[in-house]
Amino acid sequence: MPKIILKTVQFFKSLLLLELLSGMWLTLKYFFKGASYGYTIRYPDEKTPKSNRFRGIHALRRYPNGEERCIACKLCEAVCPALAITIESEQRSDGSRRTTRYDIDLFKCIFCGFCEESCPVDSIVETDVHEYHFENRGENILTKAKLLAIGDRLETQIADARTLDAEFR
Amino acid sequence: MDTLVNSAMWVWNTFFPYLQVVMLMISVTLCVAFLTYAERKVIGFMQVRQGPNQIGPLGLAQPFADVFKMVFKELHIPAKADKVLFILAPLLCLGPSLAAWAVVPFSAGGSGALANINAGLLFLLAMTSLSVYGILIAGWASNSKYALLGSLRAAAQIVSYELAMGFALICVLIGSGSLNLTDIVESQRGNAGLFEWFWLPMLPMFVVYCISGVAETNRAPFDMAEGESEIVAGFHVEYSGSAFALFFLAEYANMILLSFLTAIMFLGGWLSPFPASFGWLGSDSVIWLIVKAIGFLFGYLWIRATFPRFRFDQIMRLGWKILIPITLVWILVTALLFTFGWVERGA
Repeated sequence: MPKIILKTVQFFKSLLLLELLSGMWLTLKYFFKGASYGYTIRYPDEKTPKSNRFRGIHALRRYPNGEERCIACKLCEAVCPALAITIESEQRSDGSRRTTRYDIDLFKCIFCGFCEESCPVDSIVETDVHEYHFENRGENILTKAKLLAIGDRLETQIADARTLDAEFR
Repeated sequence: MDTLVNSAMWVWNTFFPYLQVVMLMISVTLCVAFLTYAERKVIGFMQVRQGPNQIGPLGLAQPFADVFKMVFKELHIPAKADKVLFILAPLLCLGPSLAAWAVVPFSAGGSGALANINAGLLFLLAMTSLSVYGILIAGWASNSKYALLGSLRAAAQIVSYELAMGFALICVLIGSGSLNLTDIVESQRGNAGLFEWFWLPMLPMFVVYCISGVAETNRAPFDMAEGESEIVAGFHVEYSGSAFALFFLAEYANMILLSFLTAIMFLGGWLSPFPASFGWLGSDSVIWLIVKAIGFLFGYLWIRATFPRFRFDQIMRLGWKILIPITLVWILVTALLFTFGWVERGA
C-alpha cells in the first residue's frame, strides 16, 4: 500500500485511541479476576511449604541419654567459610573432650550448611526456623547454652527432617 | 414566644449555611479517604495483588491509619525554605479545590447546590485554575531543584490543558445556553434518557474533557508534576506530615470534583439514564449523580493502572497540537448543529 494510506490509517487509529482502549480492556479483565488468582500468600496467616533441607537457625543436638553430641573436633569451625564459629574445648573429668565455648555469630553466618555437613556426629544442625529476631546488641551471638536450648526445643523436627533426608545422604 | 421563635429561626437561617459547608467538607474528606483505599484496591487487583487487607475488615480502616500516621509525623521545614510561603502553599492548594464544591449541584432546583450562582461554570474554572498557584508556590518556597522543576512542569501542563478543557466546556455552553450548572443539567433532560445528554452530540469533546481532566488534576499518566522516576516527588518533595497530607487531600478532592463535573456537564448530572416511563428507574435522583461520578473515579484509577507516564514534550504536543485543534473544529460543528437545529437545544 502507498505510504500515504498507511499513514492515514495510523492517524485514525491513534485518533480513536484504539490501542489505548485495548490496553484498558486487558487491565479490566485482570481487575475482575485479579483477587481470585491466588498467587498471594498472606504471610503470617499462610505459609509456603518448606523443604526438609531448609537451612534456618542453628541448633546443637544431644543423644537420647542427654549427653551432648559435640566432641569439639572443630571441623565446623575449620570449614566455616564466613568464620562465624568459635570453639574452645577442654578435657572433662570423665576424660572425654567437650566444648567449653561454642559461639555462632549470626551476623557472619551465611547459612551455607557446611557445618552441618562436616559434623561427624550430627551435632550442629540447621533447623527450619527462619523467624527469629534480636532485640539487643550482642544477641546475634548464639552461645552454646542457647544452641543446646534450641536443639532441645526442636529435637522432634530436627530428627524428622533427618529421617526424611536419610536416603539421600 | 414569637420573638423566641423568630430569633431561633434567625440563628438557624444564619448558621445553617455554615453547617451545610461543614457537612460538605466532611463528606468530601471522607470520600477522599475511601478513594485512596479504592485506588490501592483497584490498582492492586489489576496488578494481580491484594491491596490493603490487614487493618479492619478487608482493610477498610486503612485510610484512617494513614491519616493518623500523617498527622502525627513531624512537619519538617527545610532550613533554606521561605517559611511563610512554605506553610501557605498547601493551604492555597486545598482551599480552591474545596471552595469549588460550593457551586456543584447535587439535585434539581436551586437548593441542590450550596450556591446556585449564574456564573457557576466560570467560578469553577477560576477555582480549578487557582490551585496551580499552590503548586507553584510550594515548588518555589521549598528551595529545592526537584520541587522547582516539578512546579514548573505543573504550571505549564495545567495552563496548556486548561485551554482544551475550556474549549470543551464552550461546547457545553453552546448546547445549554447557560453558565448555571443546574440549568446545564436541566437542558440535558429529554424523552430519550441517556441519549439526550451532551456526551452524544459532543462525543469528541467528552473524550477531550476526560483526557484534559486527568491532566488538570496531575494524575497518571500525566503526573509530570510528581514524576517519581525523574524528579522524586516533584513539587511536594520537601513536604512531610500534615502539610503533605493537605496536598494529597487537594489532589484527591480535585479528582472527585472533576468526576462530578464531568457527570454534570456531559452525563446529565442527577438525571436518570432511563426515560421517565421506566418508573422508579426513570426517576431523577442524586444517586445517579454519585453513580456516574464513581464511574469516572474508577476510570481515573483504571487509567493509572494501565498507562505509563508521558514524556513532558509528548504531553505538550498532545495538549497543543492535538486536543486544542480538535476542540476548535468541534466548537464550530457544535455551533452549526445547534444553530441549524439538527440537535435540539435543551429546555
